[in-house]
Amino acid sequence: MDIRVKRRQGDFSIDAAFRTQEVGVTALFGRSGAGKTSIINMVAGLVRPDSGHIIVNGRPLFDSNTAVDVPPEKRRIGYIFQEGRLFPHLSVRSNLTYGLRLIAEAERYVNLDQVVHLLGIEHLIDRRPARLSGGEKQRVAIGRALLTSPSLLLMDEPLASLDAARKAEVLPFIGRLSREFAIPILYVSHALEEILNLADAMVVLEGGRAVAVGSIEALMSRPDLPLLTDCSDCGAVLSTRVALHDRRSGLTHLSFSGGILKVPGFDAALGTKVRVRIEARNVAIALVPPQQISVQNILRGSITEIVPGTGSLIDVRLDIGGSLLARITAHAREDLGLMPGQEVFALIKSVAVMHDAPGWHEQRSNCCRLPAPGPLPFKANTD
Amino acid sequence: MEFLELTPLEIEALKLSLKVAGWAVAGSLPIGILVAWVLARVQFPGKSLVDGLIHLPLVLPPVVIGYLLLVLFGRRGLVGSWLYDTLGITLAFTWKGAALAAAIMAFPLLVRAVRLSLEAVDRELESAARTLGAGPVRVFFTITLPLMVPGIIAGMLLAFARSLGEFGATITFVSNLRSETQTLPLALYTLTQIPGGEQGAMRLCVIAVGLGMFALVASELLARRFAARMEG
Repeated sequence: MDIRVKRRQGDFSIDAAFRTQEVGVTALFGRSGAGKTSIINMVAGLVRPDSGHIIVNGRPLFDSNTAVDVPPEKRRIGYIFQEGRLFPHLSVRSNLTYGLRLIAEAERYVNLDQVVHLLGIEHLIDRRPARLSGGEKQRVAIGRALLTSPSLLLMDEPLASLDAARKAEVLPFIGRLSREFAIPILYVSHALEEILNLADAMVVLEGGRAVAVGSIEALMSRPDLPLLTDCSDCGAVLSTRVALHDRRSGLTHLSFSGGILKVPGFDAALGTKVRVRIEARNVAIALVPPQQISVQNILRGSITEIVPGTGSLIDVRLDIGGSLLARITAHAREDLGLMPGQEVFALIKSVAVMHDAPGWHEQRSNCCRLPAPGPLPFKANTD
Repeated sequence: MEFLELTPLEIEALKLSLKVAGWAVAGSLPIGILVAWVLARVQFPGKSLVDGLIHLPLVLPPVVIGYLLLVLFGRRGLVGSWLYDTLGITLAFTWKGAALAAAIMAFPLLVRAVRLSLEAVDRELESAARTLGAGPVRVFFTITLPLMVPGIIAGMLLAFARSLGEFGATITFVSNLRSETQTLPLALYTLTQIPGGEQGAMRLCVIAVGLGMFALVASELLARRFAARMEG
């Protein structure tokens, strides 16, 4: 995806350029008013840039130099809006098949039964949208877009209008979409937690400009992006693989570049890629490896940076073979005399490690085998 | 039970009224929807002039409209002579002329109701339909138009009722010819002008009330059916 767009709208101007791979979930992240929705509206063809180009899967959809401007109905891009936008006068079935019927059979890669089954909306099929809950509406909206067999799915804060329980109901489907249909997704959100749970890559927008582009892991370890660190639940993201299921302890071992992380056991084949997220506030620092302690993960590393935070808190960035962030009090830092370059031990409770392993959602939806009734399914309760 | 049987004059007037009002509504509906769409969605210079022109029948005495129609659509009129020479259609002093007069008098009411319903349609639903692969025309017929149905029903009712009651423009343009242009109001007016016509006038009055009530109830039932459909 190669996007370079300029557009003035009133006092606000968008001047964004970024390139990403059309694989997995790419998040468009920024505060409200950063221009996220305007940019995906341009990708969808609903808003016309003043100048620039939009190239998706090698196909130019807009180019002001060559006067290309493909109308939205010919772009083959599915769009899932914040509020669902189901057609109120049509049944769920007719909503789902609205776009499907306009696609030649040879171009379809998914059929109605598959989508209905995937989204678990069999029982809703003959209802009208007025009779659906927010989460159900959003699932139907996802199905409706998916059934046009799009080459790219756009999602504009699809969870923003839902409460925590409804979010937990819809979120797993979004992850499954990109995995099961290998369809690239451009996901707009101002909720970092959602992005960290879902996305593989991220574009950070500020004031209509793309200020950073890259993989989640790379961006989360960059100290120069305050948008990504000025949050209560921010933290580090690590890529790991399933190394071992320890039947005796019930823990699953995840290997990463800096060693092994032990987390509560889950079902996944050995070698499965798992992305874990460790919130900075759940990481403690010790100068010597502590003994007789319940914490399962004690990782050796060195301090790369100390970032002053808000109030009495500071963020300590550690290199443990991957980048890790620890949020501690300034007082604790003084007590331990922490300095950049120093060798320390990072302490991480197993239950504080959040991950996106396949199979995890199903466990969750079969109800709560994991003690994690947070606002989002990945959130682990650490108190 | 003799009083329940309609006289030939009453039957003629009733049939003619229904025919005139029916054609007036059916003929002006597509144009009304088009005009409402243009007024609601297109910006062009002189738009307020067009808007004013359409609303003229609401503010002018109907007789003025009738006279203008006679001048324009009479056999020697600018449009009338062309219609007669090329298509062989005569409007003046025929029921077709009565339908035209009724349609023009009712047109502003129809356009207003349809335009309001069009402006109430969520345009974001239309853009959603575009992203699902539907071109602008398909979007209009599958999304916009169905969502306008309540306003279209209301507009049709208003226009139908206005057409049934049309008097001034009709009598001026097509005169008062029995079984050709003598609609219910004209027949009623005629009866009030002759001695001993009171009873007949009252009977026509009752028929008019019945017809109006029927139209109201029918449109209410249609609107309810639509609302129930949306509720699913």
